[in-house]
Amino acid sequence: MDAHFEYVLRLADDQLVLGHRISEWCGHAPMLEEDLALPNIALDLIGQARMLYTHAGEIEGNGRNEDQLAYLRPEQEYRNLLIVERENGDFAHTMLRLFFYASFMELFWEKMLTSSDEVLAGIAAKAIKEVRYHVRHSAEWVIRMGDGTDESARRLEDAYDDLEAYCTEMFEMDDVARDMVAAGIGPDTQALVESWKAKVEAIFREAMLNRFAPVEGHRSGGRKGQHGEEMGFLLADLQYMQRTYPGLNW
Amino acid sequence: MSETVKNEVPLWEVFIRPRNGLSHKHCGSVHAADEVMALQAARDVYTRRGEGQSIWVVRSKDIVASDPQDKEELFEPTADKIYRHPTFYEIPDEVGHM
Amino acid sequence: MYSQGLIGADTSTEESEEFLRAFQERIDAEQKIEPNDVMPAGYRKTLIRQIGQHAHSEIVGMLPEGNWITRAPTLKRKAALLAKVQDEGGHGLYLYSAAETLGVSREQMTEELHAGKAKYSSIFNYPTLTWADIGTIGWLVDGAAIMNQIPLCRCSFGPYARAMIRVCKEESFHQRQGYEIVMTLAKGSPEQKAMAQESLDRWWWPVLMMFGPHDSDSQHGDQSMRWKIKRFSNDELRQKFVDATIPQAEYLGLTVPDPDLKWNPEKNDGRGGYDFGAIDWDEFWRVVKGKGIMNRERIRDRRKAWDDGEWVREAALAHAQKRAERMAAEQQAAE
Repeated sequence: MDAHFEYVLRLADDQLVLGHRISEWCGHAPMLEEDLALPNIALDLIGQARMLYTHAGEIEGNGRNEDQLAYLRPEQEYRNLLIVERENGDFAHTMLRLFFYASFMELFWEKMLTSSDEVLAGIAAKAIKEVRYHVRHSAEWVIRMGDGTDESARRLEDAYDDLEAYCTEMFEMDDVARDMVAAGIGPDTQALVESWKAKVEAIFREAMLNRFAPVEGHRSGGRKGQHGEEMGFLLADLQYMQRTYPGLNW
Repeated sequence: MSETVKNEVPLWEVFIRPRNGLSHKHCGSVHAADEVMALQAARDVYTRRGEGQSIWVVRSKDIVASDPQDKEELFEPTADKIYRHPTFYEIPDEVGHM
Repeated sequence: MYSQGLIGADTSTEESEEFLRAFQERIDAEQKIEPNDVMPAGYRKTLIRQIGQHAHSEIVGMLPEGNWITRAPTLKRKAALLAKVQDEGGHGLYLYSAAETLGVSREQMTEELHAGKAKYSSIFNYPTLTWADIGTIGWLVDGAAIMNQIPLCRCSFGPYARAMIRVCKEESFHQRQGYEIVMTLAKGSPEQKAMAQESLDRWWWPVLMMFGPHDSDSQHGDQSMRWKIKRFSNDELRQKFVDATIPQAEYLGLTVPDPDLKWNPEKNDGRGGYDFGAIDWDEFWRVVKGKGIMNRERIRDRRKAWDDGEWVREAALAHAQKRAERMAAEQQAAE
């Protein structure tokens, strides 16, 4: 597979899958205000995914549109990070995951502003504004939960323990990513680790959460299509219509 | 008002400036535990269609309102002071717009 | 979306005739009533009940459509549906806020809903079984709601009227997105067209019930009309809805499941309108009283969201208090 195509597809899958997860909260949030906040975030991510899929389809040049890419691949051709496909869990798990991921993406999109791929640079310019709000919103909740009640602090710690294995994958470099660095298209994500750590730990301090930024996780494989058991169920929902009624317009 | 329910998340009034040059206008309320949360909730609830350039939030309980019962003494005394209005004065048409 | 004819309001009021007459004069003069104004207890009660039911309908209404967010067939449809369901949450929020100006809290209203004491639109006790239902709900359920809600923009109670203006403005896309979904199906494969027709068959009668009982059976309609909380009767609105909707169905090549449906040129003062068959009011009351297909699940889901969220709300309050105390201490130290 062409590295450029693969690279954009990975990014698209990340945003779609996390947007999909967050959209599951709509109608079930802890308070009505959050029933509005979470869909705003999901809509941002789905919007980013749409632009990225369209761009990936153009790079590929086989006439595949956003929906064909988003809906019609077998599980192992989805290349998203494992952290975004994890089930939502409770509100602490959802918010801490978003905080980890959005804090990474804020750094990532900043670098992407100067990508030699002008379409990606354009998407970055839009996405950076959105993701800054995601960081702000999730960080505030991390602080509130960490420095709230005993129960909320315990739940935040549980969420940390569940998620810590998955953060390292965000920074991993492989041949595709290295090709993109060489072509001036994408950043060296290893170089983002320190800034990410600093941001995460600053918020942890405010949240009175006695933990370090998790940078030694052992779970990875999403970029190669090796997903967790939950991914199949996510795709069963996502692809249900397209698989049951192939080839129709909706 | 509602002592029966414990731990209510407080109510805030939301004011939005649609664009620079206009004043902030009351547009509704949100529930939030603190001012940071209130601002974010106001943004997420009341500016989903690009309605705002600036947001104010204020605790509903901090608003001091006049009593509608006092309406007569507060507002009616101005009704007969018609000399405050330009149409009270007669200026011939020949003078032109003034 | 989704106001329904008010169910079971108590409009009784005990003020002096002189007071009620003065109030009625204000209403007749089209003066808006604002929250701190004096008002008859019956007016306040009716509004709390009606706005509360309306708000609950929006919130419960998020569930049947939300059921399809993760299964929407394209990214465009997914984004539109998510935005629409989110809007409904927003509308619930505006309406709770309007009710709160009358001295009842959102928490109180929520607890009444969860205890089964407050009503919401019976339409949401029907399940969404196919993707076509998402189209049908937008087209018909939102369409019916718009019929109800546009006159509410002129309701005599200021906060309710203002909330409705906002709701109607935002909602203009809801019915169109629904109709577009159904249109895509109706013009699609035979399978898709059958899906659209089957959906219309299931939803048509429950949608007509959304306008509430016939005027002759509606106990509190008259007082609500006098107080200008309501501007049109249930039957008037239902007729307007049928007259507006039948041509839309014909355009799609879909058939409304009513053998008695017939154009009547005499109707609507000679402008013509549709006669339609008898509504099964037994079904309506069964659903209102809790025996609909989804009543239990809807309340169970709402209660679960609320109960699961309790620790989150408590954390937010606890943190707000700590932060306030810290700020106060810092200020003291500085002085």
